[in-house]
Amino acid sequence: MKKRRKLLLRGEIIREIRNFFHRNGFLEVETPLLIPANAPEDHIEPFTVYGGYLQTSPEIAMKRLLCRGYEKIFQISRCWRIGERGTRHLPEFTMLEWYRIGCDYHDLMNDCEYLLAFLSKSFFPDGGMVYQGVSLDLRKRCEKMTIREAFEKYASADVSTAVSSGKFDEIVVTEIEPALPKGYPVMLTEYPVEMAALARIKPGDPSVAERFELYAGGLELANGFSELNDPAEQRRRFEHVNTKRVKSGLPPLPLPEPFLEELSSMPPSAGIALGIDRLVMLFADSACINDVVAFTPEESQGKEYALP
Amino acid sequence: MYSVADLKKGLKLTLDGDPYIVIAFDFVKPGKGQALYRTKMRNMINGTILDRTYRSGETFEPARIEDRQMEFLYREGTHYTFMDQQTYEQVIVEEDAIGDAKNYMLENCKVDVLLFGEKAIGVTLPNFVNLRVTNTDPWAKGDTSGNDSKPATVETGYALKVPPFIEEGELITIDTRTGEYSTRVKG
Repeated sequence: MKKRRKLLLRGEIIREIRNFFHRNGFLEVETPLLIPANAPEDHIEPFTVYGGYLQTSPEIAMKRLLCRGYEKIFQISRCWRIGERGTRHLPEFTMLEWYRIGCDYHDLMNDCEYLLAFLSKSFFPDGGMVYQGVSLDLRKRCEKMTIREAFEKYASADVSTAVSSGKFDEIVVTEIEPALPKGYPVMLTEYPVEMAALARIKPGDPSVAERFELYAGGLELANGFSELNDPAEQRRRFEHVNTKRVKSGLPPLPLPEPFLEELSSMPPSAGIALGIDRLVMLFADSACINDVVAFTPEESQGKEYALP
Repeated sequence: MYSVADLKKGLKLTLDGDPYIVIAFDFVKPGKGQALYRTKMRNMINGTILDRTYRSGETFEPARIEDRQMEFLYREGTHYTFMDQQTYEQVIVEEDAIGDAKNYMLENCKVDVLLFGEKAIGVTLPNFVNLRVTNTDPWAKGDTSGNDSKPATVETGYALKVPPFIEEGELITIDTRTGEYSTRVKG
């Protein structure tokens, strides 16, 4: 598929996503991209700009809207993260996030299934599609697998050993992701609490958070969770992130104080972030993220990017 | 010293004492997890392919690889002896490391010898070499069998397909990258 057709498809996908959320009673919102503080994370580096930071995700502002009584909101916005560049990463990328009050991560999993099926119907009305040579049916129900099960099934170590030895991410990328079924979407659920900065701990199992990741065609598309709404616990986690950052030689990040102040008024909610560029890669059958954006950062500087 | 930020296709580095060349590279990062740099590397001595995953902060020793023009002197069993024409220093390259290049090398020809430190690990030939045909069937004029090639052997002993009009004793150009006939040398 030529780039022009991929960009055309990109525009149509974004239009259909808006259709989906408008039909389902969501309010489209826009929040500031230039912000005084992001939610500090171990492995996400924000760009510093005059007056603050570029957002790494709109989550802080969107949760503040939940605190103000907005019940179902979505946003499609640009996010920036330093150093993220590969066949599936851009330092500037487009994120879809949606948040709902009175819901938990199970409801978000349902939303994901409906959204994928809706888009599949719009772009592949005859049914299945092909991503990188493998048939894929997005209308099928997602297979759900806990992280613990995925490690038992596909990995060389169990999940607690992986977490304690610092190998969790590496095993997910090198052993689990390549082994996941590719014919239908898959959700990995119940992440270890160590891997969830803003998610609620699962009642009855304090070792895991109510968090999941959505995969389709081997692409990691989305990360969603039941939101933590305990300000003291949230502050403690942010401070813990900063302690770890300082230990590994990174500067501590400012805390989003207005968010922490308002968090106690946030009803039980759930929210999710889905990478639009990756979604377009899936529908355009592209192996590289470069193919689905008008200009890569290198092209916008007039340089070449050597494809791996 | 290289860092993960230097990783790219074609980078040559030393790993466990051997030279490797990066043949594939990607940045990966599982949802909110740490950045990982996945590489596929080829051992420049024995060709073994290695998959390695690195994290930010890791460093690499560059591979000291040098191309030096040398003259092929002679072969003894599986040893090929070359001489640096400036220093008269001689190096021996094992047949395994010579690879297909042995098909195109005549004594006294000039090649680039690939050196890793003091060790010769391979040779690079020009993309095209001229070799004389020592054996091939004569061109049967009026041959209507439709064959557009016939077997031939060149002076190094290498056998390949050539067009029917090539005769014994003629000089032909061979593409050393593919091992195929390229053109007839007029003259």
